[in-house]
Order: sequence, then structure tokens, then C-alpha cells
Amino acid sequence: MSTPQPSTSPAVFRRDKVFEFLIPKQVEDLDLSHGTALYLENISVNFDGFQAINGLNFYVNTGELRCLIGPNGAGKTTLMDIVTGKTRPDTGTAWFGQKINLLRMDEAEIAQAGIGRKFQKPTVFENLSVFDNLELSMAGTRKLWPTYRARLGSETLDRIEAMASTINLLPQIHALAGSLSHGQKQWLEIGMLIMQNPVLLLVDEPAAGMTHQEMDRTVELLTRLAGDHAIVVVEHDMDFVRALNSPVTVLHQGSVLAEGSMAEVQSNPDVMRVYLGTESSSC
Amino acid sequence: MSETSTTEQTTGIRPQRSRMSSILFILTLIALIIGVSVCNKLPAEHPLYVSNYMVTLLGKYLTYAILAVAVDLVWGYLGILSLGHAAFFALGGYVMGMHLMRQIGDRGVYGNPDLPDFMVFLNWTELPWYWLGSDHFAFTALMILLVPGLLAFLFGWFAFRSRVNGVYLSIITQALTYALMLAFFRNEMGFGGNNGLTDFRELLGFDLRSDDVRLGLFIASGVALLLVYLLCDSILRSRLGKVAIAIRDAEDRTRFIGYRVESVKLALFTLSAMIAGIAGALYVPQVGIINPGEFAPLNSIEVVVWVAIGGRGTLYGAVLGALGVNYAKTWFTGAFPEAWLFALGLLFVVVTLLLPRGVAGLLKFKRSSKAAS
Repeated sequence: MSTPQPSTSPAVFRRDKVFEFLIPKQVEDLDLSHGTALYLENISVNFDGFQAINGLNFYVNTGELRCLIGPNGAGKTTLMDIVTGKTRPDTGTAWFGQKINLLRMDEAEIAQAGIGRKFQKPTVFENLSVFDNLELSMAGTRKLWPTYRARLGSETLDRIEAMASTINLLPQIHALAGSLSHGQKQWLEIGMLIMQNPVLLLVDEPAAGMTHQEMDRTVELLTRLAGDHAIVVVEHDMDFVRALNSPVTVLHQGSVLAEGSMAEVQSNPDVMRVYLGTESSSC
Repeated sequence: MSETSTTEQTTGIRPQRSRMSSILFILTLIALIIGVSVCNKLPAEHPLYVSNYMVTLLGKYLTYAILAVAVDLVWGYLGILSLGHAAFFALGGYVMGMHLMRQIGDRGVYGNPDLPDFMVFLNWTELPWYWLGSDHFAFTALMILLVPGLLAFLFGWFAFRSRVNGVYLSIITQALTYALMLAFFRNEMGFGGNNGLTDFRELLGFDLRSDDVRLGLFIASGVALLLVYLLCDSILRSRLGKVAIAIRDAEDRTRFIGYRVESVKLALFTLSAMIAGIAGALYVPQVGIINPGEFAPLNSIEVVVWVAIGGRGTLYGAVLGALGVNYAKTWFTGAFPEAWLFALGLLFVVVTLLLPRGVAGLLKFKRSSKAAS
């Protein structure tokens, strides 16, 4: 006496839907009319038994600067992997604006849709010059033939020059990226990110390996970029987060523990327990 | 940075890429082609006379050089270490071989106007379907590009989409060429089995045994190398070439910038296979035979060694490596036949240890970084 249960029967036997691959893939235009750039709802990821993300809900408004903090293993980098298409969540939905479903796109499509990412470890193209690095990341065509036929117009040159000057690398513009110092590589990567002109920037540990002076300039740059771009910054350095002076989300064991200004978050008893390692754990 | 020199900088920021090495290479190649052609026509007792044997040998080396350029395009610039490029070379060679077999007509040992000798010998009564059209040169020329290209496309489609990388990809390419070798060894495949295709007589009505035709094939190989070089150079100088290097050095980063890595790999890999096919097609009429031994895994590895010795990541380095190593091989196998493999091995070890950028690394001028500080 088994009654058909559409929710548990394999997708192949369902008659209320066509096959997934038959649904035409529509590349929707980005729709930010509700003022939210990123919706992550009920996301869970399990890596071979390790629950990296657990029922996470996370929203980013357009033009907002948001800091993401949390102890090691809290799921910060996994969250970025999900948004950029590197990792597929087991459950949940991820939308970019109202119309773009991130879970149906690969890394290149997501990048083209307007999400840029800076890695934890600075990754620039070491055997290309600073100029080439910026040229490749510049927003524009990604198709094969137009890329082959692309020529350097004066507008392109101006943009690259302006960016090189913003990130303080104009004197080294024709040097190989591999010859730059660690801090300069960080800057170059941020520059490459901005050249993509993304709507949403995901920045993983921008201050790592930077001197205090460089850090101040990074804070200044990120603050300036916010407004035009929504930015999510993952950072361990609390001084840096404090300097950014923006809303903070605390992740712990794959879900959001607290949200608010730095001062609010710091006085939150749950956060204090996680960070100070007091006993009587909550779960 | 300083406000005084903004006008100078807007013009000065455009990267100045030296074309010296390309121009030098092209001029040298043209000089080689013309020089050998002229010297071949000198009287035999003249000190600068180049023998017909040497012309054919050089023609063969030039086809190897084309193959080396094909390997360098995907290995040196895209980071795909293909250990199966001899397969594309041999496929191009087989397509050309089929055409040459059909050109024999009824002058074979059995005098059958339709069937090549080996098919008569095996009691075949009609041509297999895949031999149809091979009597037309235009169709053959098309197939020389399409057969290796299609195989590379299908192979790449599955390999690159599944993101097979590094040593795994190399092993699969090696398996590909090995599988093809075993298949072509079989008589029932219809490609002459163990003996392959041979006894060629003429191409486009020219007698392959005549000295002038051999010189013509040498010139054709040289011109093909020149055109292939120009094509690859134009790709590598374009933004697409920079994307290729970006993929070689940081594949994930390239993806997050928005480039479709698998499409770039697929396109260049297919192009590279087609170039290898052209090389094979020019090779076969000059050596007069194509057999399954050309698919041997060792052949593909040898090509990689040429490129490594010549200089991976420079097109002229690949050409230098192919010509130099093969000339050394010819000389060595004549002088000390048993020692050749040891010499090649030693050369490879020495170059890897002492000259990681190959012979081209010695010639290459240090890239001038315009660091103002």
C-alpha cells in the first residue's frame, strides 16, 4: 500500500517536470531592483562527513561592505567557493540579484555575470607582466575569436594605466608579476579584481602579508570601492576589520553566529565564548 | 605617477614587444630553404653541393620541426604535456599514405586498378568505405586536417571538460597513441597492418623518386613550417596567447576572471593536432613509408625531448631542438649506433639540470624590466 511520494522518487520518474538538461539555460540579466546583491539561503555542504556549512543564510546588499569573520574551519572560504561556483552545496539556494541562479553556472559564467574573487594566497599570472595581468582581467569579451582579435585601444591603455597608478604599480607596469613583492602581488590581484568591474567582490584575507602602511591604503581603497560594488571581506586581522568600520558577520561551525557592527558583535556573549574558548559550549 | 609626464606615459605604457627573434627566425628559415635549393643545383664536385640524400633528410627534419612546434604550442604555452602527439602526426601520415597508395593504380605487383596490393594479398574484394575519396587530392588535403583534428576535439572534449590535468592527462594521451598503434597493427583494419603503406610512386602526377620532386617536397615542408610558425606566433602574441600562459600558470585564477579554460584548451589542442597532421602528411612522401611504428609511445616522448632541449615556451626553440637533436641522431647512429639512446638521455638530463629553458634560453635576451626604481 505505498502511495507515490513525488518528493522522494528519483527525478527520472517524475512526471511533473521535464529532464533538467532539457530546460533551456537562460542567462538572465542581473536584476538588483530589490537592493540585494546576494541571497544565500539554507545552504549546507558536507565534505565526507565534515559539515563545512550548515543551514547558512547570508544576504549582501548592493554597494555594501561586509566583513566576514570566524575561527578557522568556520566555513568562510567554503562560502566563497559556493558563490563563485567552485563548490556545489548539498542543499540550499544561491541567487545573484533576483534572477541569476548561481547553482546552475560554472566559474567562468559566474565571473562574467559580475562576481569577482581574490584568493587567500595571492595568485597573479607570474610569467606575465603587470600590464598583461590587468589587460586579461579587464571586463570585456571572453569569447575565443574576439580574444584572439583583440587590439589595445587608447581607452584600454588609459584604463590600465589608471588602475596601475591606483594600485601603485605604475613604475613596475612592464615587470613580470612574479618579480613583485608579496604586498605588491596582493595589490595587483585587487587591481585585477576591480578591472573586472564586478558587482560583487569577494576578498579573502586582503591584509595578509601587508605592512601597516599598505594595510591603511587597502582599507582606504576598499572603503572607496564600496558603494559602487558590494564587497565581502574575509579577514582574520581584527584591527583591519575594525578599521573598515562596516557590518560584521560572524560564522561559526558553518552557520551565522552573529551579525551587527563590530562593537555589537564583540559584546555578543556567543561570540565571546567562541573566540575566547570558554567552556559550556552551546551545542 | 608624476603629473609632469602624463602625456609621455599614455603613449609609453603600450608594451613594446620585440619581434626580433621572430624576424630573425623567419629570415634564417627562408635563407635555409633558398640556400639548400640553390646548393642542390650546383655540380656534384662543388664544395657547397648539397646532396639529394641531404635534401630529403632536411625535409624530414623540417616536418619534425613542425611537429615540435605543435607540441610546444600546447605544452610550452598551455601546459598540456601531450605524450601522444605522434598519433596525430601518424594519422596525417596515413591519410596521405592512402592517397599515395591510390595513385599507384594498376602499377602494383598484382596490377589491380582499384585495390592496393596488400588488400589483394588479403583477398579483399572491394575498398572499405573509409578509403573512399582518398583518390582525390583535395579530399585528402581536407582529411589531413580533419582526421587528427576530430580525434583531438573528441579527446579534448572529454578530457578538458572533466578537468583531467597534469600527469593524468599525459598518461591518457600516451594510452591513446598506444591504442591506435595496436589497432593499426591489425590487418583487418585495412591500413596494411604491420607493413603499413609503402611503394609510393607519385603525388599529383610528380614522380616521388625524382630529385626535383624531392627538392619540391623539402621546399613545401619549409614553407609549411614558415606558415605554421606565423600562425602560432600570431596566436601567442594576441590576447589569446596571454590567456594560454595564464591558464598554464594559474588555471583556477583564469577561470575566476571569466575565461572558459576548457574552450581555450580544446581550441588550441585541436589546432595543434591539425598542425601535427600536416607534418605527418609531408613526412610520408619523403620517407616513402608509413607504418604503425609511427604511433609508438616512444616517438611522442622523443618529440617532447626535442622541445625540452630546444627550449620549451619559445617556438624557435622547438624548431632548433627538433633539427638539432635529429641531426645529432643521424650522425650518432652512423658513428656509434649503440650509444645513441645514452647520448640522448644524457643530453636530456644535462639540459634539464643546467639549461631549464633549453638552448633557446641561452640565446634569449634577458627581458628588460622597466622598473624605474
